[in-house]
Amino acid sequence: MRIQVNGTARDVEVDPDTPLLWVLRDVLNMTGTKFGCGAALCGACTVMVDGVAVRSCITEVGSIGSGAVTTIEKLGDTKTGQALQKAWLDVDVVQCGYCQSGQLMQAAALLEVNAQPDDAAIDDAMAGNICRCGTYPRVRAAIKQAAADLKGRR
Amino acid sequence: MSATFETTRRAVLAFGAAAAGELLIGFTGKGIVAQAQTPAARDAILQSGTFIRIDRRGQIFLVVPYAEMGQGALAAVAMLVAEELEVSPYAIKTEMAPGDDKLYGHPLLGDQITGGSLGVRGAWKQMRQAGAAARIVLIQAAAQGWSVDPSTCHAQDGYIIHAASGRRAPYGDLVERARALPVPQDPPIRDGNFKVIGKSMRRTDAAEKVNGSALYGIDVRMPGLKYAALMLSPVLGGKLVDVDPAPAMAIRGVSQVVKHPEAIAVVASNTGAARKGLAALSPRWAGGNTTLRTADLVADLDSGTKVAGLVATTGGDSAAAMAKAAKVHQMDFRMPMLAHAAMEPLNCTVHYRQNACEIWVGSQGPGRARKQVAAALGLPEDAVTVHNHHIGGGFGRRLQSEWIVLAAEIGSKVQGPVQICWGREQDFRHDAFRYHNHSAVKVGVDDKGKPVSFEHRVVGPSIMSWFLPAYVRDGVDLDVVNGASGSYEWPNHRVEYVRKDPPAGLLAGNWRGVGETRNCFVVETVVDELAYQAGQDPVQYRRALLKPGSRILHVLDRVAEASKWGSPLPRGSGRGVSVLEGFGSYMAVVAEVELPGSNSLRLKRITAVVDCGQPVNPNIVRQQIEGGLIYGISAALYGRVTIHNGQIQQTNFHDHPVLRMNEMPDMEVIVIDSKEAPGGVGEPGTAVLAPAITNAIKAAGGPRLYSLPIDLTVESRA
Repeated sequence: MRIQVNGTARDVEVDPDTPLLWVLRDVLNMTGTKFGCGAALCGACTVMVDGVAVRSCITEVGSIGSGAVTTIEKLGDTKTGQALQKAWLDVDVVQCGYCQSGQLMQAAALLEVNAQPDDAAIDDAMAGNICRCGTYPRVRAAIKQAAADLKGRR
Repeated sequence: MSATFETTRRAVLAFGAAAAGELLIGFTGKGIVAQAQTPAARDAILQSGTFIRIDRRGQIFLVVPYAEMGQGALAAVAMLVAEELEVSPYAIKTEMAPGDDKLYGHPLLGDQITGGSLGVRGAWKQMRQAGAAARIVLIQAAAQGWSVDPSTCHAQDGYIIHAASGRRAPYGDLVERARALPVPQDPPIRDGNFKVIGKSMRRTDAAEKVNGSALYGIDVRMPGLKYAALMLSPVLGGKLVDVDPAPAMAIRGVSQVVKHPEAIAVVASNTGAARKGLAALSPRWAGGNTTLRTADLVADLDSGTKVAGLVATTGGDSAAAMAKAAKVHQMDFRMPMLAHAAMEPLNCTVHYRQNACEIWVGSQGPGRARKQVAAALGLPEDAVTVHNHHIGGGFGRRLQSEWIVLAAEIGSKVQGPVQICWGREQDFRHDAFRYHNHSAVKVGVDDKGKPVSFEHRVVGPSIMSWFLPAYVRDGVDLDVVNGASGSYEWPNHRVEYVRKDPPAGLLAGNWRGVGETRNCFVVETVVDELAYQAGQDPVQYRRALLKPGSRILHVLDRVAEASKWGSPLPRGSGRGVSVLEGFGSYMAVVAEVELPGSNSLRLKRITAVVDCGQPVNPNIVRQQIEGGLIYGISAALYGRVTIHNGQIQQTNFHDHPVLRMNEMPDMEVIVIDSKEAPGGVGEPGTAVLAPAITNAIKAAGGPRLYSLPIDLTVESRA
């Protein structure tokens, strides 16, 4: 089976019902995408397929087709990703950091469709991403900073 | 665990040379240094027991014995060394120490344990002295080379400088000469006027955590690695009778089904195939406590509140004062069983060879894990290596090692390396739970409502009796009774302890905030209710019971001011206050809540003030306090694990909710600028939080709550 990951075609020998998460992590050794719940309840495994956030733990690899998968490893290749990563550092978001790949990918997908999200829009987009260290206030602040940063550059 | 820990383990500096020709500075236990007089013994000790290594290129490496689980240990310890070594913390490459209780034992706890909010308190002197020792020998080496008095040289930004002649040498150039010099024992360290300590610096692990490159235990990869999915008996303590491996073996990628007396593991070429294989199995389990129910555990703990316990602390004559009180208030408290629910599910990578076992894991107690794995596999301790990694949330769960032992036993049945990953269901159902805790409190008050006698009977398990036995005195588990009378100046008081351990098969462990979390809810609820009964303002009532000029009174006053305590709120809203003295720190919190409906709750705002003494990195302190508070909010609103017929009923985040972004209140954390000795910051936020919310519910016109969690529907932010 052939999938497109971070701009590269990758051939993987797995059953088509294998969750994308494990293909990324165990077959392609791209471990930045994290396992949290296996049931789309926590958001730790969030990646983008064609710019839309998906939970890779329940996304069968066979369902992706020619969709372009983007993971945390290549988030920094986009302007939005760079702005988010910089904001994450400036606001000192991370603690244990385990959920942050998913938080960042979800935030990037949000900014793709809403360049200037307000609190309600951030809540809507981010409520599916659990953080047990309690970085929510800083995630919120960092998304706003990244949005402002990107607006200033336009 | 609290400030009552004493420094019992004297650490001394050792010094030596490794094969690579690096300068090595480290601490080992007293006595080991004497043996280290022979070069071979010294090398053996120092090869892995050193904290600081400087190579000839001047690269500084720092072996950090404390686990990194988000609390910022790597950054804080690097800052402590940098302070004395006169370099930027970012010039130091940190490495996580492998499991070894002898080499990396905590100065206060003995074993290599990261817990009890004791990381910085353990490292505070140790790491600065290590940095100072390195600086001193580098200065001496430079002075020798230049034939000048060492006192005329100083260190700055990775160079030793002789100001009078303008000569300077980078640390790397001095390593060869410095290696031959004796290391100073007990070197002096700065007492204030810090250059690095107290600065809000970015965490050293921040960059790798925003691009996915930070390595957690679950991210370990190596050639030939297999992946296993694991299942334990649904009934706690149950054993595997049998399982037909065929349905799993039919799945593409599955190579093996491992039967363990207490578990099944399906081994495959990727975790997805392993999980699919596991789901296809129909194992037969037997035994365990099939009649175990939460209601019975609650009844057992309730029964403990009715019997006299061991006296933990006492002052004055509480019984006599109680008999003379104008009125006696009695309040009973129930606190539920809790899961840790860290984001990274338990996982452990094992490579078993004939006479050795290598483990890759994220552990809060890797030295103990090593010992326990060695014992389980019948190997000498030296044959077991435990590599530690970033931990995706510890919260006390990873202080236990029973899961690492299980992984090692399974791994010993697999050819080559295998990564064993718990599913979220297994992580919930086989947690080392915070066990039930109940309390019974009697307070006698005078005719003005002022307390004359305080009696608190604490009923709970004794974790310390097997986890840290030094923390049990005359049968009293000091963790369980920590903070049981709060910071208040009771004229007469008595704290009793009644031990109620969980039944066989149910593992209880340490949970963020430990004893202080339970007791703060009790004491701060009691004091709040006394204020209401006396018709007094809860802040003013507390002020009268706290020692004038005390740090706890100061944080209370600061939080009242910052939260605009007393200013009007709309009908149906209220503020609640809570204070905590624990972990060497002082905290006060005001929660503002709204009760939008008869059975619902909205969190509006949390204002917190912390005095943790000298903050090493105020930024990380603020992170830890915020995070601790939010962890506490989740527990207060949602935290409850129940058992039915021997089975844990919570399996994932749908039936065990935690706080989400849309429920998150506004939050302000104020860190007091202090020069006092550092206190812990990982746990006080969690410990202090719940009663601020329940007291606010009362103030908003809701009920007085004596049990957790809060049974109200949580509304999204307005």
